Amino acid sequence: MPKEIKNNILQKSCNRRTFLKGAALGLASLAIPIGTSDASIWESFFQKHFREMNEDEIRSVIERLEKEYEKKYKTHFNIKATEPLPGVLYGYGLDISRCIGCRRCVYACVKENNQSRDPQIHWITVLRFKKGEKWVSVLEEAEKYYYPDKVPEDGYFYMPVQCQQCENSPCQRVCPTQATFKQQDGIVVIDYNWCIGCRYCMAACPYGARHFNWGEPRIPKNELNTEVHYLGNRPRYKGVVEKCTFCIQRVRGNPARYPACVEICPVGARKFGNLLDPKSEIRYCIENKRVFRLKEDLNTSPKFYYFFAT
Amino acid sequence: MKSIYSIFFFAIIMASLLFTDAIAIDDIPQYFVPPPPFSEGIFPCSECHKDMEVNTNRRELSFHEDIKLKHHAEEQRWCLDCHNPTDRDKLRLASGKLIPFTESYYLCGQCHGTHFRDWKAGVHGKRTGMWNGKKEYRLCVHCHNPHQPRFKPLEPLPPPIRPEDNKYRKLTEENIPLNPISSISEKVYSISEKKLEDSNAKRNKK
Repeated sequence: MPKEIKNNILQKSCNRRTFLKGAALGLASLAIPIGTSDASIWESFFQKHFREMNEDEIRSVIERLEKEYEKKYKTHFNIKATEPLPGVLYGYGLDISRCIGCRRCVYACVKENNQSRDPQIHWITVLRFKKGEKWVSVLEEAEKYYYPDKVPEDGYFYMPVQCQQCENSPCQRVCPTQATFKQQDGIVVIDYNWCIGCRYCMAACPYGARHFNWGEPRIPKNELNTEVHYLGNRPRYKGVVEKCTFCIQRVRGNPARYPACVEICPVGARKFGNLLDPKSEIRYCIENKRVFRLKEDLNTSPKFYYFFAT
Repeated sequence: MKSIYSIFFFAIIMASLLFTDAIAIDDIPQYFVPPPPFSEGIFPCSECHKDMEVNTNRRELSFHEDIKLKHHAEEQRWCLDCHNPTDRDKLRLASGKLIPFTESYYLCGQCHGTHFRDWKAGVHGKRTGMWNGKKEYRLCVHCHNPHQPRFKPLEPLPPPIRPEDNKYRKLTEENIPLNPISSISEKVYSISEKKLEDSNAKRNKK
C-alpha cells in the first residue's frame, strides 16, 4: 500500500509513478502548438513520402502548401507536380570551348529557381582554370571568385559545374529518409518536406552541387518566381538541401521549354535534350564531338556531358 | 486503256518525285529566325542604290563608314563578294544564286561548313523555344557581326560571396540584394519574345 498523502481531502491516492506519468503527459501537451496553428501543422507532420502518395493526396498537399506560401510570401504560387514524360531521359551538354565565364547562367538560375539571395545560394558555380595547367584532377583549387572587367580573359578557360544528374547517384544512396531520389526521366529530385537536413548527401556528392539553407531563405518579393514545381523551385525552408533539377518546372511537358541557363547563355554553349531521341541536340554532341564527363572514374555516370565543339 | 495506264504511272512517278523533293526540303529544319539585325533605316538597300551606278573598284566608302571589314584575309574580300551588285536587297552566293537577307546562313555556310552543319543540328549557337517542339534559331549575324565576326568580350556578373565576407550578414529584411541579371540589356543575345512572335507571324503569312 502506498503512503497516504497528508490532508488529502478527496481521499484519493496518488503514487509517485502515476504522478510522473501525468506530469510527463502534461508537459508534452505544452509542446503542441495549439495557439499558433491550424490543421496544417498536423498535416505536414503526417505527410507521406512523395512516392507513396496518390494523386489526390499530392493535390491536397499542394493545396496546403499554396496556402502556406500565400501566408508567408503574400503572393499566390502555382505549384505543379508534373510527372516525368515517358520515353525521355534528359541529358545536358556544355561546350567548354565556347563558355566565356560571364555568369549569366548563375543568375538566370537564381531568378528562375527562387534561390535565397541572403544567405546566398548559387546552384551553378563557374570555375576558372589557367590554360595548360592541371585542372580536372585539381578541381578544388580552381578559382571561382574571378571578377575581371571583361571576359573571356586571355590564357584562361571556364567550366560551369552544377548537378550532374548522375544515373548512379551517391546522394540518393546515402539519404537516410529517401528525401532525394531519381525519377524515370533521370532527374534527381528532393522532397523538401522530407529532408531532415543531415547533409549526408552534400558529403557524398563529388561535384559540390548540393547546397544547404543555413538560414531562412530570403528573396525580394518582386523577384519571386511563382510558377513552381513541388520537387523543384518552390520556396525552400531553413535547414533543407537543394540543387539543380534541370529546371524541372520548365522541361516537363510537351512541348516544353529549355532550362533557364540554356536560354540565357549568350554564346550558346549550353545544350539540352533527350538522350533517348537519336535526333536530339545532345545526341548529336555525343556522337560528333569530343565529350567527357566529370569525375567519370567515380562511376557516378553523370548525364551532364562537357564537350569541345571546335 | 493503255493510255490511261501510262497516265496513271506517269502520275505515280511525278508524285514520287515530288515526295523525294519534299524529303529533301524536310532535311533542312524549319528555322525560326528573327529578322536580320539591320541598323536603323538601312533596309531596303535599293532605296538609295537603285539610282547609283555599280562601282566595283576597291575604295574608301563615303557612306557606310561605320563598316570596318575585319573578317580574315581582308585583302581578298570586298563588298560585292557577298552583296549582290544589281539587286541590292539580296545577297549573292558564290554560285551566283541570290538569297534574301533572312537566309544569310547559306552565305556564311559556304566557307564555314562545319559550323553550318552544327548550327543546323542545333549545336552551334544559341537555341531557345521548346526543346521537344518549335525551336528558335538565330541567324549567324545575330551573334557575329558579318564584317567583324569575332565575338565581343562581355562584362561578367559578380562572383559568389565568400563565406568569410561578413558585410552581407548585416542586411535587413528590406535590404535583400537584387538579382544582377535584371540589370542586363543585351539586345543581340536575348531577342525579346514579342519580336520573335512578330517575325514568325510574318513568315507564316508568306
